[in-house]
Amino acid sequence: MDAEAAKLLGAGLAAVGAGLASLGVGNVFGKFLEGALRNPGAADAQQGRLFIGFAGAELLGLLSFVVAMILVFVA
Amino acid sequence: MAEGGGKIDPMHQFLVEPLFGTQDWQIAGYNIAFTNSAMWMAVATVALIAFMSLGTKGKVIPGRGQVMVEGFVRFIDNMLASNIGPEGKRYVPYVFSLFMFILFANVLGLLPLGVVGVHPFTFTSHFTITGILAILSFTIVLVVGFWRHGLHFFSLFVPHGTPWWLLPVIPLIEFVSFMVRPFSLGLRLFVAMTAGHILLKVLAGFVVNAGNAGLGVGLLVGIPSFGLMVGISALELLVAGIQAYVFALLTSLYLNDAVNLH
Repeated sequence: MDAEAAKLLGAGLAAVGAGLASLGVGNVFGKFLEGALRNPGAADAQQGRLFIGFAGAELLGLLSFVVAMILVFVA
Repeated sequence: MAEGGGKIDPMHQFLVEPLFGTQDWQIAGYNIAFTNSAMWMAVATVALIAFMSLGTKGKVIPGRGQVMVEGFVRFIDNMLASNIGPEGKRYVPYVFSLFMFILFANVLGLLPLGVVGVHPFTFTSHFTITGILAILSFTIVLVVGFWRHGLHFFSLFVPHGTPWWLLPVIPLIEFVSFMVRPFSLGLRLFVAMTAGHILLKVLAGFVVNAGNAGLGVGLLVGIPSFGLMVGISALELLVAGIQAYVFALLTSLYLNDAVNLH
């Protein structure tokens, strides 16, 4: 396989990671909503933790974007 | 990926170019020409000062401007109070400046000023800038930690209740997770802004190219793409706020580690 083609294929495969991170982010907010609707009184105090979880889940998806960008532009 | 033809290069918006000054303006081998990045940083600062001057009069009956400014200040104040405790009051100025600067930068970069010919430059989409902001936060955490606890600060790497047989492993893992913080902090903001702006430019390229390809294609591809662009723009506005919030939140969490240890 041509090296350039392999790079672009790898960059495309890295997009799978972004899709998986979307599952993670959806899970974070979904679970938060689930808990918040059971006990709305405690929900506001947990918003900071919600965004910490969101940031953690999101970062791993963003890393796959970085991998794709490195493959396309740097490697 | 610089193909010619009718392709619209989505990376062109991130190009740092000197506005005035040339390659010859150098200090110790580094070019110090005034770039569009520097100009938009200055614009963000001026906008921030203008916004803050709306509400720093301290009137007894606050006007609209003062309510806005006080809302932001109270937001950061509450965040630090809930994450760090009463000690957190001391770090409000730093975290507030950080949050407002990033927020203004992100939102300024999204402004549709292109229609009047001024192309906004999102300087938070560059790792040099977000990386420096992250290193600044990390340095403050280190200074605060060593100032308050001295060498006892290293107990951060051994959480309470670690079983003795995990002692060879846990400090290593904690150390790696501690050292990767500035990297992940800067990377998150930079990638989130870059990805959003590339997406918007790619969709804009679809609209332009579909419009050039004829009426049928223009209606079939251009209109849905344009609708998607409007939606993504709203999403980007949300991301701009969330990323500024997350940056400030994580900074305050790391400060909490430094102030209270575990």
